[in-house]
Amino acid sequence: MSATGIGARVVRKEDHRFITGKGRYVDDINRPGQSHAYFVRSPHAHATIKSVDASEALKKPGVLAVFTGADIAADKIGGLICGWMIHSKDGSPMKAGAHPALAQGKARYVGDHVAVVIAETLAQARDGAEAVVVDYEELPPLPDMTLATAKGAAAIHAEAPDNIVYNWHLGDKAATDAAFAKAKHVTKLDIVNNRLVPNAMEPRAAIGEYDDGDGVFTLYTTSQNPHVARLVLSAFIGIAPENKLRVIAPDVGGGFGSKIFIYAEETICVWAAKKVGRPVKWTADRTEEFLAVAHGRDHLTHAELALDGDNRILGMRVSTKANLGAYLSTFASSVPTYLYAPLLSGQYNIPSIYCEVDGVYTTTAPVDAYRGAGRPEATYVVERLIEVAARERRMDPTAFREMNFVRQFPHQTPVIMMYDAGNYPLALKTAMDMHDVKTFAQRRSESERRGKLRGLGYSAYIEACGIAPSAAVGSLGAGVGLWESAEVRVNPIGTVEVLTGSHAHGQGHETTFAQVVADRLGIPIENVSIVHGDTDKVQMGMGTYGSRSGAVGISAIVKALDKVVAKGKKVASHVLEASEGDIEFKDGQFQVKGTDKKAGFGDIALQAYIAHKFNGQELEPGLKEGAFYDPTNFTFPAGVHICELEIDPSTGATEIKKWTAVDDFGNVINPMIVEGQVHGGIAQGVGQALAEQAVYDKSGQLLTASYMDYCMPRADDLPSFEIGMITTPAPSNPLGLKGCGEAGAIAAPPAVINAITDALGHEDIAMPATPQAVWRACQKRPSRLAAE
Amino acid sequence: MYAFDYIKATSLDQAAKLLSEKEEAKLLAGGHTLLPTMKQRLAAPGVLVDLSGVSDLRGIAREGDAVVIGAMTPHGEVATSAVVRAAIPSLAELASVIGDPAVRHRGTIGGSVANNDPAADYPAACLALGATIVTNKRSVAADDFFTGLFETALEDGEIVAKVSFPIPDKMGYAKFRNPASRYALVGVCVAQKGSTARVAVTGAGSNGVFRWKEAEAAFATFDPASLEKLTMSPAGINGDIHADAEYRAHLIGVMARRATAKALGKRL
Amino acid sequence: MPTLSMTVNGKPVSGEAEGRTLLVQFLRETLRLTGTHVGCDTSQCGACLVHIDGKAVKSCTTLALACAGASITTIEGLARDGKLHPMQEAFRENHGLQCGFCTPGMIMSAIDMVNRKGTDLDEQTIRHELEGNICRCTGYHNIVKSIAAGAAAMGKEGLRQAAE
Repeated sequence: MSATGIGARVVRKEDHRFITGKGRYVDDINRPGQSHAYFVRSPHAHATIKSVDASEALKKPGVLAVFTGADIAADKIGGLICGWMIHSKDGSPMKAGAHPALAQGKARYVGDHVAVVIAETLAQARDGAEAVVVDYEELPPLPDMTLATAKGAAAIHAEAPDNIVYNWHLGDKAATDAAFAKAKHVTKLDIVNNRLVPNAMEPRAAIGEYDDGDGVFTLYTTSQNPHVARLVLSAFIGIAPENKLRVIAPDVGGGFGSKIFIYAEETICVWAAKKVGRPVKWTADRTEEFLAVAHGRDHLTHAELALDGDNRILGMRVSTKANLGAYLSTFASSVPTYLYAPLLSGQYNIPSIYCEVDGVYTTTAPVDAYRGAGRPEATYVVERLIEVAARERRMDPTAFREMNFVRQFPHQTPVIMMYDAGNYPLALKTAMDMHDVKTFAQRRSESERRGKLRGLGYSAYIEACGIAPSAAVGSLGAGVGLWESAEVRVNPIGTVEVLTGSHAHGQGHETTFAQVVADRLGIPIENVSIVHGDTDKVQMGMGTYGSRSGAVGISAIVKALDKVVAKGKKVASHVLEASEGDIEFKDGQFQVKGTDKKAGFGDIALQAYIAHKFNGQELEPGLKEGAFYDPTNFTFPAGVHICELEIDPSTGATEIKKWTAVDDFGNVINPMIVEGQVHGGIAQGVGQALAEQAVYDKSGQLLTASYMDYCMPRADDLPSFEIGMITTPAPSNPLGLKGCGEAGAIAAPPAVINAITDALGHEDIAMPATPQAVWRACQKRPSRLAAE
Repeated sequence: MYAFDYIKATSLDQAAKLLSEKEEAKLLAGGHTLLPTMKQRLAAPGVLVDLSGVSDLRGIAREGDAVVIGAMTPHGEVATSAVVRAAIPSLAELASVIGDPAVRHRGTIGGSVANNDPAADYPAACLALGATIVTNKRSVAADDFFTGLFETALEDGEIVAKVSFPIPDKMGYAKFRNPASRYALVGVCVAQKGSTARVAVTGAGSNGVFRWKEAEAAFATFDPASLEKLTMSPAGINGDIHADAEYRAHLIGVMARRATAKALGKRL
Repeated sequence: MPTLSMTVNGKPVSGEAEGRTLLVQFLRETLRLTGTHVGCDTSQCGACLVHIDGKAVKSCTTLALACAGASITTIEGLARDGKLHPMQEAFRENHGLQCGFCTPGMIMSAIDMVNRKGTDLDEQTIRHELEGNICRCTGYHNIVKSIAAGAAAMGKEGLRQAAE
């Protein structure tokens, strides 16, 4: 391994601009003649919009225009789309209501976009927005699933009269029922997966611009996938054909899923730029971000696990209600279905699984993919069930897991997935050794002497990354293919630009991708530049989410690099006067086998462009290759996290004392960056388990609309983490990569709750386990002795 | 924010004059409560009179049996003041848990007591220590100063100039933070001087900071054990998404015992 | 509109500001120093931290006009003569940042921490002192490491400068 190659802890190339304040985020950009947009948002959860009167607003200083739903309808601007078709059990398609970028006739959640005011300055736009008079007739607020699905509840969308978007299912119901019929023991749990707000530290922002000289729109946007944004804005919303719409996602300050989606605000900015003849800028303040960004999670689940007399798992039954919010966001429908139920087998041999999911409309912000997207919800179900089953059977939870682990690969689960590689017992053993589980009892006694309750919790998670192959996801209803593209441009002096359809918003692609290129081409890493985030530079791409940039994005680069080397060999065969078959490429040198005749990569690049040494009719000059890579399978990162914590029963405060994670991400390009991804994921998972929750009151107002009330994990809420890795390379891609971006957020919540319930001695606590919730749980008598 | 005129006062008299002349004027101290409120457009003063240029309002001194802190003294200076640390170390500790380091560089004691946020820390210290709030017009005992949620005895044109804290024999402050905002979910300040003990509770009262007289009476001896049998009724206690009244009432008891233990140099 | 003069990153600057102009707006919009970020509305996230007369302050909760005559340091002013500040270097070496959005505030906070607490900082102190800075990417693990390393490097730098 070289100092900068695959596997090296290379310090990030992109950091210089960030640590010197030279990062370039959307809000840092200002365009000549720029105006500012401010949205008039619904103060009601559910209301008919009887009229919008902008006459006073238009008289305010600096106000250039006010637009409403009627204006976008008049321009035939299409609604925002949901790009994954889900069919109900009865075969009927999901019942999706329209999602106009500015409300038409009805507002469906607090924060819904009713009108936009565009003015010379942001303050003037805001002044104008206050002067817009909207006549609302309030309708019943339906901020939770119980209210929305109650008999006689008002329909949020006429298309879904009972507010049910779909009744979907997966698995063999008859076989699962049969397994339960012969079970010796059944563990049952009711589970809440709390609603979260992603909270990337950079709030969303957009600048729309229109050049009426050549009719081209440009949108600067905080996107994880600018090409998908362009595709949707062109093909579905109808802003402009793709060749007349450039989308730029520059530095983006975190996404966690929330910046995948195509929202109303950027749609309006780019559309309105032509209407007002000026660039239009919008930047969310944090409260707008809370109100209108896509939220995550929000499931209510009943789950059952059937065991035989030897405590082997026979089957699992899961029934989930998933809150989808007031509109179907871009990938909302897929999250509680195909990104969820196929992971319910966990790391275990479960012969039969049946899962049914009701997707429910409520008068709340749309819910869509948030770090992990479906997989944290599935893992929470599985790992809580497993832990509780072990406790009920008075088995050591690790022995129970061991006994039921999948050990043979490939392994076909009853819920779609074919696990291709893994070593679950090794991860568990490694984690237990690292954590020094053996001495836990002593630490627990020591806590007890101080009046504290100590608990230990495990989470053995699996996830599916890459979200591929395209044909497979297409057959499940996806509206897009989930391949990735790459183009490797070798310059005449041998420096390389790699254009990728992946997008980095914290993941460090400019470093890891360059490591792969430097390693494969044998050139210095400084000679490699990674280009992403601009549809005028990169032709097409699917973006970054679902931990796919390694397994899919890098695989595309590797495929293109292979083509570059193949072409280089052709050029080298002329330069070195040997047959192409005799040319080897190694460590940056093209060499004639068995001789000392060789030429460096840079020399061959130059020769490819000079084109003097070969016939340009037989071999094209130049050295530039592109590739599209479509995976052959999902990848299956897996691992074991152990959480050890201490509860102060007099206040309910919980302190995490020790955290050990052992993950199998297959081969790793840059361990430093991978560990960083794990750290961040754990923090978000701990946040979900202990602190974070979006709360709507009965009238549908969001009570947690700032950091005063939405609890973000801070440095003193978390410990340092012990991170270990094991490696079983993924067989489905050339470098054996699996993906690491979401693992921590998937693994952490059940580890925390299993530790808390271990400390409490009973299972009666829901996420988030806030001090109040834990204190209340401490008032309840343990149902079992903690030491068991 | 709505537009306003900004005036930096150079003397207390000038500030008072501006305040009485301009009806829509408000005072700006550290700004860490006022400016966020104005950013949300929930407050719209036409004039802001900035007190940061009034040098007389800043400073810490020991005056006889009291520590006197100028209204514009930031929390960070109180937290690290040698005078405060020597005379009332627990008051320095209380100042060191307000907000975060950057907030403590800017936020001031005068702003805190004049605003009387029900979750602020200083009002608890003022009540427990029996402080005197000195304004440009008069001196007001803390017991008479904090009159309700965000309400004080301050009259129009009256400006807090300094706060005088009698030096107690012992003082302790225990705060259970709101996990999100880090304000006091419950904060209890306990102080003993001679034969009397005072217990003040912030963060919890539906009418703001208050003295817990039952606890004061329960101190047969000044130790946590004296408070053990005491329970606080949830009636009159705040409830919100972070803590309902029952939990807050329970925490008041826990924090009162911890504050007492701290005052005695123990951990509980 | 009143004209405002101050020193920013060692250079005298002036520009127009309304009463309601926040320091962060003046820095970002008037001076085009966009390294200082806005991440919340309630002075909690710390992305907007700058130093005013040597002390870390939230520039989103400070009026620009209140800073007349003050000396401001932003993230852009830390590197000297093309050489990174030891705290910047420590964040890079220890992978103390991912998306980079909270990073300028974290670095300004870290330097202020060293100014107040010294160059030998333990983990608990660092975590406690970071109460006013929120990061969503790193789980703080490597930020804590970066600050400990940066503080130690500042100590060595200080010794070196004292020796010169």
